[in-house]
Amino acid sequence: MSLSHDVVIVGAGGAGLRAAIAVAEAEPRLSVALVSKVYPMRSHTVSAEGGAAGAISADDSLEEHAYDTISGGDWLCDQDAVENFVAEAPRELLRLEHWGCPWSREPDGHVAVRAFGGMKKKRTWFAADKTGFHLLHTLFQTSLKYSNITRYDEWYVSRLLVDDGRVCGVVALELMSGLIETITGRSVVIATGGGGRVFPFTTNAAIKTGDGMALAYRAGAPLKDMEFVQYHPTGLPFTGILITEAARAEGGWLLNKDGYRYLQDYDLGKPEPGPVLRSMELGPRDRLSQAFVHEMAKGRTINSPYGPVVHLDLRHLGERTIDAKLPMVRELCRDYERIDPVHELVPVRPVVHYMMGGIHTDRNGVTPLAGLFAAGETACVSINGANRLGSNSLPECLVFGARAGRAAALYAVEAPPPALAVEAQGDDERRRLDEDLLRRSDGPDRISSIRTEMQAILEDAAGIYRDGDSLTKATDKLRELKERAATAAVDDASRRFNTERVAGLELAGMLELAECILHSALRREESRGAHQRTDFPERDDKRFLAHSLAYRESGGSPRVSHLPVTITRWPPGKRVYGR
Amino acid sequence: MDQITLRVARYRPDDEETEPVLVDYDVPLRPDWAVLDGLNYIKDELDGTLSYRWSCRMGICGSCGMMVDGEPKLTCATFLVDLAPGPVRIEPLANFPVIRDLIVDLTDFMHKLSSVKPWLIRQDEQPVEDGEYLQTPAQLDEFKQFSMCINCMLCYAACPVYGLDGSFVGPAAIALAHRYDLDSRDEGDRQRLTILAQPDGVWDCTFVGECSTACPKGVDPAGAIQQAKLAAAQEAMKSLLLPWRSR
Repeated sequence: MSLSHDVVIVGAGGAGLRAAIAVAEAEPRLSVALVSKVYPMRSHTVSAEGGAAGAISADDSLEEHAYDTISGGDWLCDQDAVENFVAEAPRELLRLEHWGCPWSREPDGHVAVRAFGGMKKKRTWFAADKTGFHLLHTLFQTSLKYSNITRYDEWYVSRLLVDDGRVCGVVALELMSGLIETITGRSVVIATGGGGRVFPFTTNAAIKTGDGMALAYRAGAPLKDMEFVQYHPTGLPFTGILITEAARAEGGWLLNKDGYRYLQDYDLGKPEPGPVLRSMELGPRDRLSQAFVHEMAKGRTINSPYGPVVHLDLRHLGERTIDAKLPMVRELCRDYERIDPVHELVPVRPVVHYMMGGIHTDRNGVTPLAGLFAAGETACVSINGANRLGSNSLPECLVFGARAGRAAALYAVEAPPPALAVEAQGDDERRRLDEDLLRRSDGPDRISSIRTEMQAILEDAAGIYRDGDSLTKATDKLRELKERAATAAVDDASRRFNTERVAGLELAGMLELAECILHSALRREESRGAHQRTDFPERDDKRFLAHSLAYRESGGSPRVSHLPVTITRWPPGKRVYGR
Repeated sequence: MDQITLRVARYRPDDEETEPVLVDYDVPLRPDWAVLDGLNYIKDELDGTLSYRWSCRMGICGSCGMMVDGEPKLTCATFLVDLAPGPVRIEPLANFPVIRDLIVDLTDFMHKLSSVKPWLIRQDEQPVEDGEYLQTPAQLDEFKQFSMCINCMLCYAACPVYGLDGSFVGPAAIALAHRYDLDSRDEGDRQRLTILAQPDGVWDCTFVGECSTACPKGVDPAGAIQQAKLAAAQEAMKSLLLPWRSR
């Protein structure tokens, strides 16, 4: 059987849903397939807490939002894309409001904004501290209005259909039945989120295995800036659950074992009792996570059963503020740490949170592969450069989800229908998934053990600080691990909702991503934003004011080349915080 | 190290199993471990064939609802130490068809969810350029709690009415309809009331209140259903007394 639509969207989180609605509104005649390995409301957008940036205040401007974003990204952002982003973000957030998003409000009924890390003005819209949850549910519920959107819930896309260099659909596994089908389309949008699960300790949900990046990469699209992995400074130990930056925006302090606000020692400003924008606890995430590593080296962190931590102190905010502005923080601390931040210190440590890199796209989500578009964390436009600012990712999903959706709709209107020949690729994939993957019950390794080894390799070599020697060794280890993964045992030979088969497919994709991260990091012989090389501690604009592009070679390893950054109005400068 | 036994319902129709069977697995009893961590231990270390849904493991994605010792729970937010010494019985959510092991079929719920028109309905769409619809914090508070539903399905597993009659629209869908009805920006009350007042709508509820007890997010679907009944009754009275209004 073959299923056929005009636009196929893979991933139904913030970016995928926004893209689907954009297609439905731009070209109501087009039929949209929205394919996701989970029900849309399970997508990881749901976990975003703090907010969504969009300049609306009278004292704010698009230029300031752009400058904060570009300096926050250590000048690796493409500035034309940032200009589009800041201009369209407020409009997208207003559109969400018109669709019913319960944004927190000022007493006069206008939308409220809060401070956020690295932002010089208050411009972060929020729905208490469940912003991603409300944004996702609003988008999902709104999407139900459109009869031309057909959902394929719990279908795992394992391959892109490519005909003569043009992407014209996907092969997908329906989890409930175990059937493998082709879904053809005149254009395809990938919106599958990031791949934080490549690392052992992450805020990312189990589903965040970078599937879409691997799909595009295997089909020939380059992955851009994969070495830039964001560590969020405040994750709960053991679970890695995120404590939102909003906790610091509302006035929370980071303390070392002596109760000292240690960020003042790292060129981030002087401690004031209340929050100061672009200063101290409201510095950018890369700098805060790096400061943690230095505190640890100085022996000033606190030992916990799950490694060294520092303390997030919210006690002085009082119960009323915490309950009004940070209810989820209190709920998470209570449920998962059995502590009450109203009265107790919260143990936190840096945790892998976000991938600045992803599928190489332009400002309209267009990838180098004809017919293929991408948006959201899975894509790299790039507006995030070497370090994303908190609260820029939700509006990124909206702005570029909408842009990719419109571009894919336009493409679908003009493109010829997919060639029938692509059906044969579905048969190949059926063989691979059924015959290869379901007949490997006796391999020497387990999927989970290879996954654990991969995560350890990445954390060791591509963590907050990196160096050439460790990265080189890690690439060797990973190559060996990839070979072992090809013969790892799959206990489960059944078809119906076989989650182990999916885990095997996810793992294979994550290994590709991991290789891209290591190779791109090795090639970038400088320190910029979230990529810090102890053997090349300075930023080197002469050689590396450029994006990394990782292409898959025929042997399976990545080849990395570089592409100049687009600079429009903000020449590279020094990142200054706290002054 | 201390261990605890998880007694897990296994059901593999591919292998021609017709009835679920309970299988015991011993997992480490660690102070921080949720039931979900125990299941992940089984999957990763003992038996890769065990199937269940999970994702965010922070109580917001709604994937990992199961029956734990007979009660509907989010397994990521239910801790093994609180269930010691065990054994802990883990089964798929009650009242739903089981696809396999701990995975239930949500197709019916997804239809019900869209049937109540859970989106903002306006007579006149204001252009986005004109700015936001104003809404005071008090107006937001009117519906806020009903917008907190994560669709985890614990309320359906707890609902005796849904258990007896699967055609009942059910707690989460009604609470969501009510959320939009209470939203000061929405004008779709009457459209949704027409749906909720039909057979299988709010009148099926016998006000047992189990749904609100089961809710892990503090939503009160039972309260929503009672309020919706009142609104439906008032609407019915109005159309009886003022028949021209219902046109």
